[in-house]
Amino acid sequence: MTTTSESSLESQIEDLDAKPSIGEAIVKMARKQPVGVAGLAVVILMIIAAIFAPWLTPYHPEYNDFASMLTAPNLEYLMGTDQFGRDIFTRILYGARTALLVGFVAASVGAVVGMVLGVASAYFGGLFDLILQRVMDVFMAFPLIILAMAVVATLGPGTQNVIIAITIPFIPQCARVVRSNALAIREIPYVDAARALGFGHTRIILRHMAPNVVAPFLILFTAFVGQAILLEASLSYLGMGVQEPTPAWGLMLQGGAEEYAESAPWVAIWPGVAISLAVFGFNLFGDALRDTLDPRLRSR
Amino acid sequence: MLKQTGRLALAAAVGFGLMTGAGAAKAETPKSGGILNFVVGSNIPSFDGHQETTFGMIHPIRPFYSLLIRVNPQNPSDPTDFECDLCEGAVPTPTNDGKTYTFKLRKGVKFHDGTPLTSADIKATMDKIIFPPEGVPSARKAFFRAVTSVDTPDDHTVVFNLKFPTASFIPALATPFNFVYAKKDLDEHGYEWHKSNVNGTGPFTFVQSQPGAFVEGKKYAGYHFEGRPYLDGFKAIAAPKMAVRLQAIRGDRAAIEFRGFPPKARDDLVKALGDKITVQESDWNCVLLATPNQQRESMADKRVRQALTLGVDRWGGSKYLSQIAIVKTVGGVMFPSHPLAATKEELVKLKGYGEDIEAARAEAKKLLADAGQSDLKVDFSNRGVDQPYKVVGTWLVDQWRKIGVDTAQRVQPSGPFYDTLRKKKDFDVSADFNCQSVINPIADMTKFLGSAGNNYANFEDPKLEAIYAKIEQEGDAAKLRELVREYETRALSEEASGIITLWWYKINPYRSYVKGWKIAPSHYLAQHLDQIWLDK
Repeated sequence: MTTTSESSLESQIEDLDAKPSIGEAIVKMARKQPVGVAGLAVVILMIIAAIFAPWLTPYHPEYNDFASMLTAPNLEYLMGTDQFGRDIFTRILYGARTALLVGFVAASVGAVVGMVLGVASAYFGGLFDLILQRVMDVFMAFPLIILAMAVVATLGPGTQNVIIAITIPFIPQCARVVRSNALAIREIPYVDAARALGFGHTRIILRHMAPNVVAPFLILFTAFVGQAILLEASLSYLGMGVQEPTPAWGLMLQGGAEEYAESAPWVAIWPGVAISLAVFGFNLFGDALRDTLDPRLRSR
Repeated sequence: MLKQTGRLALAAAVGFGLMTGAGAAKAETPKSGGILNFVVGSNIPSFDGHQETTFGMIHPIRPFYSLLIRVNPQNPSDPTDFECDLCEGAVPTPTNDGKTYTFKLRKGVKFHDGTPLTSADIKATMDKIIFPPEGVPSARKAFFRAVTSVDTPDDHTVVFNLKFPTASFIPALATPFNFVYAKKDLDEHGYEWHKSNVNGTGPFTFVQSQPGAFVEGKKYAGYHFEGRPYLDGFKAIAAPKMAVRLQAIRGDRAAIEFRGFPPKARDDLVKALGDKITVQESDWNCVLLATPNQQRESMADKRVRQALTLGVDRWGGSKYLSQIAIVKTVGGVMFPSHPLAATKEELVKLKGYGEDIEAARAEAKKLLADAGQSDLKVDFSNRGVDQPYKVVGTWLVDQWRKIGVDTAQRVQPSGPFYDTLRKKKDFDVSADFNCQSVINPIADMTKFLGSAGNNYANFEDPKLEAIYAKIEQEGDAAKLRELVREYETRALSEEASGIITLWWYKINPYRSYVKGWKIAPSHYLAQHLDQIWLDK
């Protein structure tokens, strides 16, 4: 009787330890979150476009070809050409590189720094927490785009500065969310145990607390990528982002798109579609991730 | 698409009376009355014509003032046709071997505050422009380098004394920025007062200015040209974005924009409004330059500068770029329509002006290799204004790529851009321009001198200065032409200290009920509005 019970318990424990394969996980997620998977598909498609752009199009994204200027979409130019005769499909593909570069770098740096600051703020508490949170309050008082514009106006336009401009507003947003999760974790006994064992603050923050706030971190990260793509496009549209002739979706909506929107609408439509799809994709994927990782939503 | 654009342009020309340059409008009897609403693509830095250089000031403020002489508004395309404004009769010819000009003033002219105009007002105005006290800005002081003094023998006579005879004096005097101020205002209020206050003798009196929104003027009953102005008033509406200006004209919130639109905007307006839109076009006394900063090691080598000018396909640009930008004409240092300007045969002898672009690019690559700059990277500073700066800038990046130059375009708003150009000087090559009002080629070409206040290439070229000194005092037309060619070759070809891209091309589509306005080769000229009437 006892032997049977032990065997059953071991079996149950093995069941608990057994992890589904990636394929199974995707199928499971696809069943539960079909919209999220669609978002993931858009994201993957975008990454493929960015990586394989040179092999997917015969044209160069920056070369002028005035003989083909403002050509309507056809079999040769799938999305038509702009006022400089540049193939819009090519610029959309290469524009994905700019969007992903800015999106991933800004979101990664913003989220990681925000997470470390958030956990540290919760862990130390007291005056450190008070001062840090008030600094975060100052940053969060400004709307995202306004703060990003102010940073670009100070540093000047260009890809590197746009990344910095977008990263800065992300830090307090992530720090604030992560801090609220970390405050709960701080009270769990294993943190006290780690402290009692004489572990340093850095180890406790990075090894013991940070891994436990990964779920909100991942959710925020995916949301940040979408936001960063939209912000980069907005800054470029306002002339404060990347500069011509670099292919970038927001930049493609500026200048020519405004002037030719009526007579050559494809100049404005495709970059708009690309921005919308990318942001939509990241947001859907982020929502699905949130639903999957949040235990309160998982059972719904 | 191009064909469609061409058809639209043709339709505009044939169907709706496109006029080029001095094109003649039908003689019609002007009607009085009405308010002219027009859009201005800039805000007003200040009201003081003597220190400002922008159309953003000229368009809304010029109607409040008069000049001593002005370009004939009925024939503004002719660079030699001037008429008296505050002076009387014909524009005087010089005496004393070309060194003395005597002007008789109109009698009975009054400032808007009732102060009678006398020669003392002209002297006070011209002294402020030509001999400003230290610290008082005067943007066109250099135009009057030949003037030694301004005398007033009586209340209605003004005499200008020159060091040497020069053909550039009369055009300089007709510059539309030379607003005549009352001596009383200058004496009582000082030299800053006109930056924010208005008291002129022009066809309209100042009503109000709402910064960033509009400037309003109403008809001046005591105006010295009898029967004018025809309008009851005007409203100059600030609209920095081109799309807003276009929509304002399209929706008839404004009748005209005096600066100019690109061809596509013209075609869209004509297509939408048909014969309700009239189009006038003209060569424009504005040229877009690429200025190499000779303080940078790479740009100090003239082979690099020559390579950059050789790499620009001007004739191709004229054909294609003109369809999307407000540039068109291939030219040298002088306004292309002027008799002293280089002919095509003369131009093609200059580096970068040949018609065989492949040969020019091969030569450019060789020069770069010889200079050890085959992998040249260029930081190109540009102004954050679409037309024509950013459009031409993007084209230039592509042009230089074809000779192996890797160009990074750095676009900044106007303020920081000028800061980079004039103060920081931290650029390899910068977009630059030379826009003038009255076509005064001898004065306009000073832009290419290293000593000129508006040259930002940071270099000295004594040989070029010496050629210009001869030009300034040369009276013989044939010799003058030779000297101008020598100057042009030195500046654009031998030293390539300035790189001309293309001259601008002015296109003004406007509501057909606006009558009496004739396009000039400058957006600064003929903006007093006393000739305009509305046929509504």
